[in-house]
Amino acid sequence: MARITASVYTSHVPAIGVAIDHGKTGEPYWQPLFKGYEYSRQWLEDHRPDVIFLVYNDHATAFSLELIPTFAIGCAAEFAPADEGYGPRPVPKVIGHPELASHIAQSVIQDDFDLTIVNRMDVDHGLTVPLSLMCGQPQAWPCPVIPFAVNVVQYPVPSGRRCFQLGQAIGRAVQSYDEPLKVQIWGTGGMSHQLQGPRAGLINAEWDQRFLDRLIADPAGLAQVPHIEYVREAGSEGIELVMWLIARGAMSEHPPRVVHRFYHVPASNTAVGHLILENP
Amino acid sequence: MSLNKPYLDVPGTTIFDAEQSRKGYWLNQFCMSLMKADNRARFKADERAYLDEWPMSEDQKQAVLARDLNRCIALGGNIYFLAKIGATDGRSFQQMAGSMTGMSEEEYREMMIKGGRSVEGNRHLGEDGDAQPHRQPQGAAGRALRAAGAAGRTGRR
Repeated sequence: MARITASVYTSHVPAIGVAIDHGKTGEPYWQPLFKGYEYSRQWLEDHRPDVIFLVYNDHATAFSLELIPTFAIGCAAEFAPADEGYGPRPVPKVIGHPELASHIAQSVIQDDFDLTIVNRMDVDHGLTVPLSLMCGQPQAWPCPVIPFAVNVVQYPVPSGRRCFQLGQAIGRAVQSYDEPLKVQIWGTGGMSHQLQGPRAGLINAEWDQRFLDRLIADPAGLAQVPHIEYVREAGSEGIELVMWLIARGAMSEHPPRVVHRFYHVPASNTAVGHLILENP
Repeated sequence: MSLNKPYLDVPGTTIFDAEQSRKGYWLNQFCMSLMKADNRARFKADERAYLDEWPMSEDQKQAVLARDLNRCIALGGNIYFLAKIGATDGRSFQQMAGSMTGMSEEEYREMMIKGGRSVEGNRHLGEDGDAQPHRQPQGAAGRALRAAGAAGRTGRR
């Protein structure tokens, strides 16, 4: 039986990818940020999963306005890093896990969540920056990755409650897979940030810290927070945080072990939050 | 019954909903086309000619030519799509975001290093935070503009 061993939460700011790709991680601006992930890289080496189920959002890369799936699961054998306008990031291609992905798709759809199945998709910084933060610059990523893209570009995005319930369904789906795989689920995006309009640059550290507290101790309560609170308090792009609730929902109902917590402002326009929770 | 849009009273913020998306469809699809290197080269060679290949409004084309991102957003653009224009120009996301505030690049960067923009006064229209309409543009440029305006008014008196 497969099981979810841990969940990882992190922001996926594109400038972090640029800093890594251009060897700027030691610069004074970036040094405190990358220091916050040193523990995490060692932890991932010590707790290498068989598969990472990576929840992220596509930033108008694979999905234009022609097609806007609310939840899309990548079932392909591999996914290429996308050219987002600057040329593709120099990172390894992402190897998928079509068997587990298809199993989860079937299970979750039978559980009343209408996923879109994607068999061809390039993956953008939303997926590759978390991998870079957690793995550095390897020749190949440490294990297969199942990309799970959530629409947070065109409103309305799925509610926190829906995301949390979907995570619970993903947790059940993983447990019903026969092969004894160790699976990690990662939730990415956020934390507070706004990239548009005269309110660009908004950061709300107090709200972010409370979000982290509640994600750990009261995720079901946190899942009731409506969209408008994210927009008003954490900025229009802070809404990405609903994706963290998918990862949290897939965890055991018993309290998790908090093995790492980190928060830093700023990375470019964004507050960076990071958590690692292990299942008991 | 009309749709529930509780986000219309957030200052300095446009939520990209179905209505905005419909307005901005071709503007955003034009932006998408810049993800291909060949298209970026063609756009850079003759921006106007490239824009004329798209069924965008004249207002949308002018906003792109002027790189006026606030105007692009008002006309239905979404920042993740508009970012492709910035990428084509070799600008960072921070430069793009900062350009919408009226602050200089250095002013905006400094604000972020100091912890970003405060939410205080910026939750609802009608408060007095720095993102409110009556405080635009921000930064030294805005202060100079308002000082000149005040001097002008005094002079006329």
